[in-house]
Amino acid sequence: MHAQAGFLTSRIEEAIGWARKYSIFQYPFVTACCGMEYMATACSHYDVDRFGAGLPRFSPRQADVLFVVGTISHKMAPILKRIYDQMAEPKWVVSFGVCTCTGGFYDNYATVMGIDTIMPVDVYIPGCPPRPEYVLDGLVKLQAKIQKQHTTGERPAPEPRPECTT
Amino acid sequence: MTAADLIQAVRGRFPDAVIGSHDYRGDATVIIHSPPLLEVARTLKQDPAFRMNFLMDLTAVDYSAFGKKPDRAFFASSGVPVRPPPQIPDPEPWPGPPSPARFALVYHFFSSLRKHRIRMEVPVEEQEAELDSLTSLWPGADWLEREVWDMFGIRFRGHGNLKRILMYEEFSGHPLRKDYPVNKRQPLLGPVN
Repeated sequence: MHAQAGFLTSRIEEAIGWARKYSIFQYPFVTACCGMEYMATACSHYDVDRFGAGLPRFSPRQADVLFVVGTISHKMAPILKRIYDQMAEPKWVVSFGVCTCTGGFYDNYATVMGIDTIMPVDVYIPGCPPRPEYVLDGLVKLQAKIQKQHTTGERPAPEPRPECTT
Repeated sequence: MTAADLIQAVRGRFPDAVIGSHDYRGDATVIIHSPPLLEVARTLKQDPAFRMNFLMDLTAVDYSAFGKKPDRAFFASSGVPVRPPPQIPDPEPWPGPPSPARFALVYHFFSSLRKHRIRMEVPVEEQEAELDSLTSLWPGADWLEREVWDMFGIRFRGHGNLKRILMYEEFSGHPLRKDYPVNKRQPLLGPVN
């Protein structure tokens, strides 16, 4: 006598994407005031743990997503690049706050004008600082991106930019 | 001592070194020549009348762009007035830059024993751009002088470890000089942006 075996069908890529997007281990690279908003997002009011991203890892080798939170200076840039290089594939980068997106209001000798000049960025969350709702929206967008990513590590093409009509 | 008394005392000690003084907004300020700088500083620290045991700040000012119109291409006006309108009378106007020299070193001293403070300004021309270091008197001057070297390119005799403190070693130039282009970038990584 034997029990009837249950079974589940899925595509392996979708199953892996589902597993990855709900188990984001983030590395917070916090340098400035955006860190306060990052902490607000992570704590119980907004509770980033609902999205499976509740455990920050403070070693880049254990992390999947690099959160770059706050202004990056040229002196800091090689350190950030090394952290990025130390992370194991697959890895993603979230640019948190307008300083990391474009340099923000800093226009001087010291500031990197957007971290996308030194590393690929998956999700930009602008704002000075971004509200936690923006951060969660960006996180959900990142999850959608992770879901679509193939097991080979190939990244989907970026969304087309909206036409400028001025 | 009050501000006026402090100025009078420094003037009495060093009649040749002091080239100007004021107590704008109640802050005692003496402007001195650079050659006797170390001697004046030692007196301020060790003389029982002053006992300035705390070097609160040491910085520099580049007056080369002072009073000139900013380049419109770089600095559009923010609309915020930089000085009070003429309708508001100013009974005690700012005395202005300490001298026609390009730079001025600014030292702030405080005495925690006598509870008085004094500001000392030392004009520095661009060609010499070298002063005596105060590290032998106040060890805290070490990093402050390194910052002045880093940002303004003013050297200090007898410092011993005069290297950049804020910028990286590969950086060339001194970014707080007014002739440093405001949009110049020297990235360690990535494209010039």
